[in-house]
Formats: sequence, C-alpha cells, structure tokens
Amino acid sequence: MLKARRKTGLIFFPAFDWAIDPTHPEREERLLYTQDQAMEEGLFDIEGLIEFKSQLVLEKDVQRTHFCVPDVSAMMTESHFISAGSAKRIGIAVMEKEIESGFALVRPPGHHAKRVVHGARGFCNVNIEAMMIEYLRFAYGVRKVAIVDTDCHHGDGTQDIYWHDPDTLFISLHQDGRTLYPGTGFPEDMGGPNAAGRTLNIPLPPRTSAEGFLHIIKNVVRPILDEFQPDIVVNSAGQDNHYTDPLTDMNFSAQGYAQLTEILRPDIAVLEGGYSIEGALPYVNLGIILAMAGMDYSKISEPGFDPDKIRQTEQVTRQVERIGETVLKIWKQRDELTEKRRAGKAFEERTNQIYYDTDGIYETQQEKVRICSDCAGALRIDSSSDRGARILAVHIPLHACEKCREIGRQWYDEADPRSYLRVFLQNRPDDEYLTKGLP
Amino acid sequence: MIIGLDVGGTHTDVVLLDKDGLLREIKVHTDELDLFHTVLSGIEQISRGIKPKAIERLVLSTTLTTNLIVQGINPDFGMIVLSGPGIDPEFFRTHEHYYVIGGALDHRGREVTPVDLGGLKKIVKKLRRADIRHVGVVGKFSSRNPVHELQVRDALKKYFRKIFLGHWISGSLNYPRRIATTFLNASVYPIHKNFFEAVQKTLEKHGLQVPIHILKADGGTMSFEASINYPGQTILSGPAASVMGAIPFSGDQEEALVLDIGGTTTDMAVILKRVPVLEPVGIEIAGFKTLIRALKTRSVGLGGDSVVKIMNGKITIGPERKGHAMAFGGPVPTTTDALCVLNMMPEGDAAKAAAGMKMLADELDRPVVETARAVFEHFCAEVVRHARSLVDDINSKPVYTVYEYWEGRQIKPDKILLLGGPAACFVDQIEKVSGVKTMAVPKCAMANALGAAFARTTCEVSLFADTERGIITAPEENYFEKISSAFTREDAQKKALELLEQKARRSGASRDDLEMDILENQQFNMVRGFSAAGRNIRIKAQVRPGLVSGYQVISEKLSKEMAMMNGARQICSKPDGKQD
Ligand SMILES: [Zn+2]
Ligand SMILES: [Zn+2]
Repeated sequence: MLKARRKTGLIFFPAFDWAIDPTHPEREERLLYTQDQAMEEGLFDIEGLIEFKSQLVLEKDVQRTHFCVPDVSAMMTESHFISAGSAKRIGIAVMEKEIESGFALVRPPGHHAKRVVHGARGFCNVNIEAMMIEYLRFAYGVRKVAIVDTDCHHGDGTQDIYWHDPDTLFISLHQDGRTLYPGTGFPEDMGGPNAAGRTLNIPLPPRTSAEGFLHIIKNVVRPILDEFQPDIVVNSAGQDNHYTDPLTDMNFSAQGYAQLTEILRPDIAVLEGGYSIEGALPYVNLGIILAMAGMDYSKISEPGFDPDKIRQTEQVTRQVERIGETVLKIWKQRDELTEKRRAGKAFEERTNQIYYDTDGIYETQQEKVRICSDCAGALRIDSSSDRGARILAVHIPLHACEKCREIGRQWYDEADPRSYLRVFLQNRPDDEYLTKGLP
Repeated sequence: MIIGLDVGGTHTDVVLLDKDGLLREIKVHTDELDLFHTVLSGIEQISRGIKPKAIERLVLSTTLTTNLIVQGINPDFGMIVLSGPGIDPEFFRTHEHYYVIGGALDHRGREVTPVDLGGLKKIVKKLRRADIRHVGVVGKFSSRNPVHELQVRDALKKYFRKIFLGHWISGSLNYPRRIATTFLNASVYPIHKNFFEAVQKTLEKHGLQVPIHILKADGGTMSFEASINYPGQTILSGPAASVMGAIPFSGDQEEALVLDIGGTTTDMAVILKRVPVLEPVGIEIAGFKTLIRALKTRSVGLGGDSVVKIMNGKITIGPERKGHAMAFGGPVPTTTDALCVLNMMPEGDAAKAAAGMKMLADELDRPVVETARAVFEHFCAEVVRHARSLVDDINSKPVYTVYEYWEGRQIKPDKILLLGGPAACFVDQIEKVSGVKTMAVPKCAMANALGAAFARTTCEVSLFADTERGIITAPEENYFEKISSAFTREDAQKKALELLEQKARRSGASRDDLEMDILENQQFNMVRGFSAAGRNIRIKAQVRPGLVSGYQVISEKLSKEMAMMNGARQICSKPDGKQD
C-alpha cells in the first residue's frame, strides 16, 4: 500500500470564495485544479499524509510581526486570518512532532508584506510565513530559522522583516529584478549592519530552467544551510518559476520543483505565488507534496512537457554559475562584511520608498537601527503614506540586550502622539504590543 | 405491507409492517454458509398466511457482499487502468491481472494523451489466455469525461462478457478509490447477481411478485435491477439498518448519537435532524478504501461480551472477545457478567457470572458487587469517550472556503439513542456520564429490520458544466450535452435535480420520497489572460437518506411504547453476538 516515508502534514485552504477582484490572478479559481488533482490522486488517503483543518491567527500573532496602519483589523480580511492561521497550524504540528514536515497550501499569499503595512503589495497584506515563524519563536523557543524563498518574485517583504535579524537566514531565488516586479533583490542587498550576509539574494536570468535552479540549490543553498544549522527551514514555495506562468519568464518544471524540495528538505513549506493555475499548479503542488513525504514522484509531468523546448542556454548557465559564486563569497565573508558595515557607528539610518502596487499607496520610511553586537538592535521606523497616515513604529527584538531595550522604550516614550496617527511599540522580549495616539 | 429483513451474524431479523404498525416480527437462525435459505425462510415465515398481493415492498439487508470481500476475493477477472501524469498507477495494483495502458485526461476532462489501443490489444490476448471473462476499466479523471473508458469498452466488448467502467460509480474524484471500488464491484458481481436472481425466482414461484429492494451502506435502498452494476454498494448495510431504525426516535431538530451496543462491538453513528451523517468520501472495508457512499459509522471493540481484564490495577475492556459471557458459558469475565451480578439482566447463570466477577474482584482486592459496579461504570465511560471522539472527528473535518470556516457549525449531540440487547441497562449511567439525554430505542432488538423496511431509495448525481468548453456532463448518468456560453448555475441545478429524479425513479423510489438536496454548488469564473473565458460549475445533488413516507404512524406508536417503557423499567437482554 502507498505510504509516506516521512510523516507529512497538509493544510489545504483554497479560499474558494475570496479574490482580490474577479479577473485578478489572485482569485477563487487559483487552487481549484490543484484541489482536483490532489483529490483525484487520492492524496489524503495516503498513510502518513495528514490533512489538518485550518485555524485562525490571533490579533497578537499579527502584532508580533507587523505594524498595521492604523490597526490589525484594517489590514486583515477573514481569509487572511485563516491563511496565516493555516501556516501557523502546520508550524505547530511540526513542533509538536505530529508530523515531520508540512505544507500549507493556502491563499492569500504573504511574502511581499513588509514590517509596516499600509495596504496590499504584490497581492499580499500580511506575511504569513513571518507570522508563523515569530509564533514558533514565542511558543517553542525556536531561535535560528532559515527561509528559502523559491517564488519567482523577490521576497522583499520577508527580506524587510528579517533585514536586521542575525538569527534568521533569508535566501531568495528569483527572476532578476531588472526584468520583474518588485524590481529588487540584488546580491549587494545582504542585510543590515547587525546581520550582514544573513540576507542572500540570488537573482537568476530570465529563462533559467531546472538545471540552473538545481545548480543553485545544490551548490549554494544547501551548503549554506548546512553551515548555518537552523532549527527549522521554511520554504516560501512560490510556483511562478514554471515555464507556463503568465506573469513571469522562467523555465522551471514540476519535476524540478520536486527535486528542489527533496534537496532543500524544508520543515515547513508555505505556498506563495503561481498563476499558471491549470498547466502548472496541479503538477507542481503534487510534486512538492510527494517529495516532502519522501515518495516517488517520477511519473509526474505537465501535459505536453518537453524538456528540450525549455532547456536553458549556455549563456544562462554561465550567468547562474557566476551569481552562485558571488553569493557564496558574501556568505563566507559575512562576519567581515558585518564589521565593515558597522564601522564604529552607533546607529545606521536609511530611507525606504515603498509602493503598494495592489492598493496604489506610496510610503516613505525613515528607518533607524542601533548598531549592536549583542542583538538585532533596537529599530525605529517613521513612516508616512501619501494617504496622510504617519506612524512611528518601535521594535525591540526578541533577544534584545539591555541597552537596546532601554533605547526602544525611550523612543516610544519620547514620541509625541500629536505628530502621528499612531505610535507603536513592538516589545518582543515581553511579548507586549502598545500603541498610543488619537483613538 | 412492507417486509424488512436484516441478516445478522447469529440471527436474521424480519418484520412485517403495514400502515397501522408493526404486524409481525420474527428471528431466524443465520446460516452464513447458506444465506439463500436463511433469507428465504425468513421471508416465508413472516409472510405465512398473508396474501402475496398485499406485500408491496421487500427490503433486504444482507451480509452477502460483505462476507465475500472480508473472506478474500477470488480475482478471476481483469483490471485495465489508464494512467496519466501523477502517482505511479502501479501503486494501486489490485491483483495479478492488472494492466496499465497509456491514455490521459486532465482535470477538466480534456484529452492529454490518446488511448494506447495497440497496447490494449496485447493485454486482451493475455487476459483471454488466462480465461478471463469480466473486466474493470478505470481512467484517471473519468468522472469528468468517460471518453477513454468508453473507447476501451468498445474495443473489449466482443471479447468479454461483462465490463465495469469506473465512471459508473461516482462523480467524486479519487482514482485509487475508483480502481478499488470497480475491483470490488467486478468481484462480487456474479455471486450478488445469482443470489438475488435465485431469491426473486423462488419468491415468484411462491406467487410473491414483489420488486426486491436492497439496503445500501448509505442507509438508502436500490432496486435489485439497479444494483447489478454496483453490487459493492450493498456492503455493510447492517450497521446502516440499525441507524435507520433509530431515526424515528430522534426529533426533527435534534442532533443524536446512535450507539448500538452488541456483544463484540459498539457501533456509533450521528443523526442530524433525522438525517444520518455520511462518510465524506466513501467507506473502507477489508483494507479497500472505496467511493461507496456510506453512513459515517465507527465500530469499537467494546461490547457486552468483550474481555474484561485488570491491568496495573485498572479495569480494561476489549477490544477482543472470547466467546460468550461467563453467565452464558463463556471462558472469561465480561460486562454482561457484571450486569448479571448487578441484577440488571434477568437471563444467564448468576453463579457463573459472579464467579467471573470474583476473578476480577480478587485482583482488585475489592468486593464482588463493587467490582461489577466498577466494570459497568467503566464500560459506560468508555462508550461515551469513543462517542465523543467520533463527534470530534466529524467536527475537525477540513473546510475549503471562508464561508464554511466562519459558518462551521459544530455538532453537539443533544440526545443519545441506545440500541442492542442490553441497551436498557446502560441508559441511566450513559446519561449521567455524558450529560446528554439518553434513551433506549423501543423494539431495539428489531431496529435493524425496521430500519431496512423504512429506508427510502437514495441516489446521487454529480454534474459539471464548463461554459468555456461548451459542455455539460453527468458521467454516472451517461449524460452529455452541449451548452451555450449563457448557461448558468441555476440551469445546472435544475438539470441536476431532473437527472436525480429520473435516476431515483429508475432505482425504485416512489414520488412521495423524493426529498432532494443540493449538496455542492460551486461556480468559478475561469479567467484566461486577464479576461473571463467562462464558468466552471459543479453541482452535486442527492436524494437524502431517510424514511419512506407513511412511517410516522408506526414510529408514533413505538414512541408511545417508549414512553410507557421509560415509565416502567425496560428489561435488558443478552447482547447479540454479531460476529459469533
Ligand atoms: Zn511570485
Ligand atoms: Zn542590542
């Protein structure tokens, strides 16, 4: 009888009644054919493949990760509560050893959602992986986490949330930002002064195929993960690198995704993008699930699949190899790079311009982080949107040192509520979330 | 008049009803090796002296197919499956004569790869050489489009006597289950057909020309003629019969747990507002996961005759059984013996029962009666614990839409109905432990036969419309039409109900019993290249399992009896050894 070699959990929440708008790629129909394929394959009958019921996240789970403007309820629809809650449920199942690994096949996605949220970007409001990870850190004392984002778009939201965190290794593989939304994610973007080299961006040239992806996973990502030794590995499993995806220009395949999963061995995978809803998703998702469960996936292929038609060129191969070497070099030099970035400064400031393409909002951030060799550093973000919402967000990291806690508190206390719509304090060590400002 | 007959492990219960109530009830001994004579003698005895013309309905619930499957199948038939991309179909191999051929459809029923007719020819030769006469043919996604299965059938027609097609079974998706179910249907087909033909012929000889209805695992009936292609649906009708028998005693607004306490097991089911809860996909039997619609039942090894032991100073009950209770000559102490010692059961040898309880009492170092009381209480607590876990299971079923999530009504039983010989003994204690109003069903020893007699004809229809492709199909019904792009979800619902009514009538339903529900009603806008290309509509409709019209009189009568019995104490009796 068919049996999973690794006990694998699934939450399937296709949100068949939720869409951004009726003809938007992020719509009701998106996971319909994946569900058809999963049902027809009898996936939920396989011994060792366990289907869980989705759960809800709580307001506090959102506050632990995000600063929502003006508040959590304004940014979360019912389906966001369930989609994020499903990722959280899978995380809990892994920590409780109900399963060895799990996959949250849910909508809506989250990897473009940054720490401060004024609206939806790249079809995302809130970052469901980050909320899950921060819950696991809070509830189970998980410390070191690696996130490998294999969506075709740069995981700029996740990158933003973990930019300063030396305990989180964020690796994003994506189509070169010069050719695709959101236009970011270059190797030189390697994390803040307290965590340089813990953000690794691997932009791949258009029309990279399985050969290129698997080269990077085997020769770059795997060795880095082995060295970093995370407590858990999370895969932001976007499927828009597929050769049939209408929004992107890559040449990845279902077999390729399955092999990638086998090498990556994620503890938790969370579905991100993927808009070739008939030609790719049913097969890619099936491949990922079987690979996670340690089962045979050799007979999976897309209708009309022809590897010769999508083979990458010599030029692409060379570019991929070159980018791999660059990233490995950054990883190896991460400690020196961190030193160099700090260069005796007490604080680092930067200005961020953020465009919310889904909602058409512009945001400007003045960000200030304390340079600290003992923790991720107290963080202060002064954020204004072109809708006239100005907020101040203060983040005290989970493992903050005394000094950073003190500075964070001080920033919050000193802020004049009359200048802002809201002033937020995200006090992670005490799991305390405060706001002040006009009601 | 209606005859209801339920074949049990030790005896077969038969009832005769008319619109005024229960006229006769008898039990005959079940001869597992000769079910034919068991069934016939049951019918003959109950109808003795009745004018054959007066009998308008005969419903049989037998263990025939269940036994065949549990005892192991003689796979003297072939299986041909069409593969498509996905899990290797070798994993679903049923037996030696199982062949995989090329040919694939996708999730919308579009052809991806044509049928490998050349390969099929070679397989036909092999099957013929092995002297095979029946064949099952199953394709992936055939419930979306049976074209490949039909092509294979056409190619096989002249070589084989009977060909079973996967899309007949169900509109549900599940290829491995479709293979297993087709396999089971093909395997029990000849015996099922011969058996009921023989019953029908013999009855006709006696002047009883009444259509035979057969009880299914979903608690509904189908005519014998309709069952020929799906004999597998008649498996495990026994537990379904009991649940149907309990329905008249649950209110139309109540959520009831039905607990049938037998000798070997306690069987559990849930009734919501007089409608039994069904398995989400299909029943599992002897390791086969199927697409056979069935009541959601759970059987736990916790019966009146289950072995009672002391482990680490604690009482444990079941799951195994070693024959009868000691009070009835068995070898080890049981809960039935505890009932004897507590003077709750008038039958049985009280001295032997006490000897059994003493064995346990010595180990516990407690008095005999106190021990019997502890066994009895533990038994009730275990029954309630398992019942709760069944309810939790139903409540934790995944949902796929935001609406279902937020509307997700949780089942909270407000009544427990007990069935089985000793049911009456347990009423008070189970009510106490569970905190839920509990009662024993009147005539509960006959509830199964009554359930069979009362059960309504049920069936299901699945319909898909794809306005981009311009097609509407209900593959189980062999229905295919072209539709225009203006076809709506309302049109689809109307069509589904129309097909359902036709099917129900063909299966023997009377007009009064067509209580139809739309089970699934989904419509998706298909968007290709940022503009709407069409609608994908999915409708599932059923005739709701329930009781035939006109049963109310009888159930009211029995309810009155129940009220009387609850006034006086109901007497409990020896559990029925379902699997002696
Ligand atoms: Zn994407
Ligand atoms: Zn610090």
